[in-house]
Amino acid sequence: MAEDLDAFRAETREWLEANCPEEMRQPVRDERDVYWGGRNAEFKNDAQKAWFEACRDRGYTVPDWPKEYGGAGLTPPQAKVLRQEMARINARPPLSSFGIWMLGPALLHFGTEGQKQRFLNEIARGEIRWCQGYSEPGSGSDLVSMQTFGEDKGDHWVVNGQKIWTSYADEADWIFCLVRTDKNDKYRGITFMLFDMASDGVSTKPIKLISGNSPFCETFMDDVKVPKSYGEDIPGYVGEINRGWDVAKYLLGHEREMISGAGNKERSGSLGPKLARNGIDNPVLRAALAEYDIDALAYGCMGEKFLDELKVGKAHPAQPNMMKYAGTELNKQRHELMMSAGGSRALEWESEETNGGTPARSWLRTKANSIEGGTSEVMLNVIAKRILDLPGA
Amino acid sequence: MPLYLNEDQQMLADTASEFMSEQGSIEKQLRHWRDKGCKDGFGHELWGQFAEMGFTGMMVDEDHGGLGMGHVEAGIVLEQIGRNLTPSPFLTSSVMAASALGAGSDDLKGRWLPGLVEGKSVFAIAVDEGPKHNPQEIKTRAEKSGNGFRLTGAKTFVIQGASADMLVVAARTSGDDSDDEGITLFAVPKDAANMKQNPVRLVDSSMASHVTFDGVELDGDAVIGEVDGGREVLNRMLNAGRAGAAAEGVGVAGGAFDRTTEYLKQRKQFGKLIGEFQALQHRAAHLYSELEIARATAIKAAQMLDEDADKADLMVSVAKAKVGKVARLAVQEGVQMHGGIGMTDEYDIGLFMKRDRALHEFLGDHYFHADRVAKLSGY
Repeated sequence: MAEDLDAFRAETREWLEANCPEEMRQPVRDERDVYWGGRNAEFKNDAQKAWFEACRDRGYTVPDWPKEYGGAGLTPPQAKVLRQEMARINARPPLSSFGIWMLGPALLHFGTEGQKQRFLNEIARGEIRWCQGYSEPGSGSDLVSMQTFGEDKGDHWVVNGQKIWTSYADEADWIFCLVRTDKNDKYRGITFMLFDMASDGVSTKPIKLISGNSPFCETFMDDVKVPKSYGEDIPGYVGEINRGWDVAKYLLGHEREMISGAGNKERSGSLGPKLARNGIDNPVLRAALAEYDIDALAYGCMGEKFLDELKVGKAHPAQPNMMKYAGTELNKQRHELMMSAGGSRALEWESEETNGGTPARSWLRTKANSIEGGTSEVMLNVIAKRILDLPGA
Repeated sequence: MPLYLNEDQQMLADTASEFMSEQGSIEKQLRHWRDKGCKDGFGHELWGQFAEMGFTGMMVDEDHGGLGMGHVEAGIVLEQIGRNLTPSPFLTSSVMAASALGAGSDDLKGRWLPGLVEGKSVFAIAVDEGPKHNPQEIKTRAEKSGNGFRLTGAKTFVIQGASADMLVVAARTSGDDSDDEGITLFAVPKDAANMKQNPVRLVDSSMASHVTFDGVELDGDAVIGEVDGGREVLNRMLNAGRAGAAAEGVGVAGGAFDRTTEYLKQRKQFGKLIGEFQALQHRAAHLYSELEIARATAIKAAQMLDEDADKADLMVSVAKAKVGKVARLAVQEGVQMHGGIGMTDEYDIGLFMKRDRALHEFLGDHYFHADRVAKLSGY
């Protein structure tokens, strides 16, 4: 087994050497360095295209998904070796998408064979870009109170309502969306629907954030017709009708795992060595960096342990909540320190030297980390209830 | 290697947990010996039982009667020791001294290891010279004298020094006080002439000695490893001890945490279980999160030592510092959430706070290791 893994490592190393272009081994500098796929996707350059296509053809956009759904069918230890080898050369992810991180795992768990064949392959090949319709203006932390309603019309629903904080809705091709289909049952009255963003009646409006960027949108649904079926064994919803909350909760685990940054080398690495290149004169700042680095490197260990345990079913089902809480609080602190170490240069909003204010805009962006996908306070509630079993929680 | 226990390790954990919670319990060991005013601060009978369980020599190689296990396995036993506050010479003898003796001559191994494996011998570590851990500076001198050496100086915080059959002493054989080179480790027998011990009871009821060497004559064969080349052996021994102390600290924190969450589920005020109050729930949940991270870090450090990985040094300090901070939080929250009763000697939670204080200080507190993390990272 260990020998097989060694062989796999050698083979992987060789393949990466031959297929991962030098430009794809650099840290991500701006939005366009991240390839999201989709109908309207454009590559920033040839290197990005070559790297994506090489991975897609080998199933490495989703290495641990089964081969028949576009993955490479790697075992957990093999997937870990691939992660390690990619991290070793700082390889960028070939494809980023909510399809990979969120919808995919939910379909693997709840989807029909027909849904898996169609949607998972589209995701793995980067053909369809998905967005998530969860929060509503009146339903943030209390998500289950959502009101967007789908009226049953036999072979389809007519959906009316509004979603908010829909990440990249204006660039997405399809949406997975929570829609109320029974007003009399809070938890068992929600259906997890899938539909095309190009459908009549769907419109989006970007929300300008404190960072000056607009990664989130408002999404309006005005008499949108959502079919109950897209063909044989391809329902227009995941799981059962009115039981979408089960799917939503399962998917939230994956969303929280994604936001936690577990296994993200950039986020769980130390900061001191980078910021100290120009010297740190102030001993109090040095001490703060050392404290941070301890927390960051320790969190890196936790990320590794969490992912290892997750793959073999040893992780507590509510553990992604703990990871999200710890990971996002840490990331906010990271950017606070980067701003402090950067001084007045880091305040620049539009300069060339800061690539258009990247430090300040990124710092502001991280403030959403402990809000999106469930606030830190909600995470603590969930830990108290589901892991610690505290009374009345 | 995945970052969780494999089947064999899980079996060891179950065995150690059962043994320590029965034989090594607070009632049977810590309180028992404390209330008797025991000079050793631990039970020799329990040390014999450690041997029967295979714990005493678990890191000793098989040629010398041990089990040849690694830091991860030692950490598993130490976590249970921490959880039960079991006083024993395990960390200093079976982890640290065993690590040092591993670099010694066959004669030296033959002289000391069998007693350790059998649970008959106890070893102590004499490195610190001031109230704060600073192994870079070693002032205790060993000068050539005939075929051997003559040792002069003073050591402090020598845990169980007065109970030990042998002390591993770090001394300077050449160079200046803070040089890397010029360190030599010695195995000094307890009856060495001109060695004086002043044993003192510490806050956690353990015993530690101030030791003075006033021209202690040692044979050349008391040298562990190479003369002047002891820094590497010393570092390896310290890392083994720090990773072990981190594992024990995870146990101390876990024990305090479990008692605290249990208490939150029992104690009523304002007509409610206090665990229903969100102010306490969030603090408990935060502590849980920190404790999980600390445990992962302690295992990772042990794994890296076992693999002899490049950055093991760094991760050991990360683990000692992280566990130190988290265990400190766990015992403080523990006493606070217990309220008035947490201040009483009758309740165990205060014992966790005392043990954390001593363990945290041992081999470098979190400030020491934060500084070391910065230095090892180049700033």
